[in-house]
Amino acid sequence: MNEKTTPVTGHSGSGSSFRPAMEPSLWKLSREQARGVRPVQDVPEGAVKDLPSEVLRKISLGLPEISELETIRHFTRLSQLSRGVDTHFYPLGSCTMKYNPKVMDRVPALPGFFDLHPRTDEFAMQGFLGALWDLSELLKEVLGMDAVTLAPAAGAHGELTGILMARSYFRAKGETGRREILVPDSAHGTNPASAAMGGFTVRSVPSNGSGHIDLKALEQALSNQTAMVMMTAPSTLGLFEEELGEVVRRVRSRGALLYMDGANMNAFLGVLRPGDLGFDIVHINTHKTLATPHGGGGPGSGPVGVKAFLEPYLPNPRIVREGKEFRMVDRPESIGSIRSFVGSSGVLLRALAYMRMLGKHGLRRVALYALLNANYLKKKLEDVLPVTGEGLCAHEFVLSAKVLEKEGVRAIDIAKALLDEGYYAPTVYFPLIVPEALMIEPTECESRTTLDGFARDFRRIVERARSSPDELHESPSKTPVGRPDEVRAARDPILTDPLRPSLFPPGNAQNG
Amino acid sequence: MSPSRRYTKTHEWIAIEEGRMEGAVGITDFAQKEVTDVVFVELPKMGKKIPRGGEIAIIESVKAAFSIYAPAGGEVVAVNHSLDGDPGLLNRDPYGHGWICQIRVNDPSELESLMDDKTYEAFLADGGGVPGHG
Repeated sequence: MNEKTTPVTGHSGSGSSFRPAMEPSLWKLSREQARGVRPVQDVPEGAVKDLPSEVLRKISLGLPEISELETIRHFTRLSQLSRGVDTHFYPLGSCTMKYNPKVMDRVPALPGFFDLHPRTDEFAMQGFLGALWDLSELLKEVLGMDAVTLAPAAGAHGELTGILMARSYFRAKGETGRREILVPDSAHGTNPASAAMGGFTVRSVPSNGSGHIDLKALEQALSNQTAMVMMTAPSTLGLFEEELGEVVRRVRSRGALLYMDGANMNAFLGVLRPGDLGFDIVHINTHKTLATPHGGGGPGSGPVGVKAFLEPYLPNPRIVREGKEFRMVDRPESIGSIRSFVGSSGVLLRALAYMRMLGKHGLRRVALYALLNANYLKKKLEDVLPVTGEGLCAHEFVLSAKVLEKEGVRAIDIAKALLDEGYYAPTVYFPLIVPEALMIEPTECESRTTLDGFARDFRRIVERARSSPDELHESPSKTPVGRPDEVRAARDPILTDPLRPSLFPPGNAQNG
Repeated sequence: MSPSRRYTKTHEWIAIEEGRMEGAVGITDFAQKEVTDVVFVELPKMGKKIPRGGEIAIIESVKAAFSIYAPAGGEVVAVNHSLDGDPGLLNRDPYGHGWICQIRVNDPSELESLMDDKTYEAFLADGGGVPGHG
C-alpha cells in the first residue's frame, strides 16, 4: 500500500486504511433555536396583512438552524473532503482542469467592475464595455474569426447559439429543407443534444479504424438536407483530424456549414486558428482553455466566433465601438437574446486577465506545453495499457483497460484505485467508442515530477490489477465514501424531504 | 421453434418468423455487457413509425445513455412495459424477457442485409466495429 499522505484529512486517526468520516448534512447538524447572523427585518411589521390567506405559509420554513461557527466548520470540512485542482492532480480528460491563477480573481473584484449594476447606462460603464470589447477582439484573433459573442453561458450553450444562427442563416437564404446536422461519433455528447434542441435531426457519422472520421460515411450522409457538420477538434480521442481539409472541402461543396466544438482549444491556442482551418462557427470554453473556474455551480462561459457572413445573426445585444465609445446595440436579424445582460461578466473579465497576462507568446506556450505534457505522459503509459490512435496525440489521450477483462478489472476499478493514490480520477467510459476507456488530460500546468509520479502510480495499479485484482475491487479505502451502489441508487432512489418526513419514510424506496 | 435472430452492426437484434411481418427487437448480449447495468429504458410509443436506423429507444445505464436503432423500418405494434419496473431484465435476459418492442416491418427484404448468428459472432470476434488500438 502506498504510504503517501493525501491532503484529504479527517478529524482523527492515520494509516493507509484510514477512511475520513463523511460530513453530516446541514439538516443533521441543525439544533432548534441555534442562530447565526440575524437578518435585519426590512419588511415593515404588518406589511403582509393584505395577502390572501391561501398564499400564506402554513408550515415552518424548515431551514436548518445552525450557528455561524458551525456553518463555517461544516463547509470548511466539506472543502477538505473535496478534490480540486488546487489540491490534487486532476487529469480529467476533455475537461482541461488547469490551474486558475489566483491573480485573475482580482480583476472582477476591482470596485469599478464589482460594484457595477447590470442596468447601469452605457455611458457610465464604458470601462466595463471596453474590457469586454477588448476580450472579443482577442478572441477573434485566437479563433481566426470575424466576429464574436460573449453571451453564451457555457460551451453547450455556445453550441446552441451557433446552431440557432445556422438555422436563421438558412431560413434567410430560403433553404429551409436543410433539417439535418451531422455529428461524428467521436464528438462531444453535447453536440447531438444541442442540435436536437435547435430543432434539427441528428445523424451520427462513424469513425474509421484509426479513430478518424470515416470520409466515405461522411460522403454518404451529406445531402442537400445537411445544414451543418459539427466537429470536435481535436477529437475526444485526442486526435487531430488527418483529413480535415478534405472534410471541409466536401461539406462546403454541399453548401453546408462547418461548426467546430472548441472545447479542446487548449491544444490549438496560438498554434492553429479554427477560422483558418475552414470552420464557419466555433465556441471556446473559457473555463477550460482560458483558466476561469470550473463548475461548482458557478457560471461558465462559451463565447462563439463566426465568419463575417454570419455576423448579423449573433445574439443581442452586441457590444460595438463607435469612435471612442462603446455601445450595446440590437440587430434586427439577430437570433435574439440568449442570456441576461452581456454574459457571465465576472468569468469573462477573468478570461481577459488570463489572455493579457500571458500575451501572444504565453498563450502559444500554453498549447505547446499542453501537447508536450500529454505526449510525455502517453509515452510513459503506452506500454501499461493500449492507447487509442497512432502517432502523437493532441492535448489528451485515451487508454483502454479492456485487456484486464480476464482479471475481472475494469476502468472504474483503476479510477477508484487512483483516488487512494491521491489523484482525481481520469474520465472513464468516454469516448463511448473505446471500450473501458480512461481519458487522460494532464494540461500544461503540471510539472514533470507530478507526471512521473502519476505514471509510476498508474503502472503499479495496473500491476496490482494483474497480481491481486480483488484489492482493486475494494478501493478506494481512503475516501469518505467507498463504492456507492450506483445501480441501486438509480433503480431504487431513497428520497427524503426534511420538511415533510412523512412523505418519504426512511428506508422505504419510493421509486421502483 | 423460436424465430431466428438477425443482427445489426450497432448490436440490436430482430426476430421475425418466416413469412411474418412482425417481430421483437432488442439488444444483444454483447451490447448489454457494454452498456452495463441498465437503470432506465425510454420505450417507443405504440404506433410510432420509424425508418430503418432511426432511434427506437434510449437505454440509460450508470455509464451513459445509448440510442437504440431500428434494425428495419416499420411501425411499433407492441412495447415491453415490464422494462419500466424492471430495467435489469435487459441485462438478465437480453434475448428473452428483455425484448424492447415489436415492430411490423415495411419491407422484409431489409432483413436480408442484417447479420445471422454466425456472421454476428464473427463480427464481434473481429472487434465489433470498435476502433482498433495502436
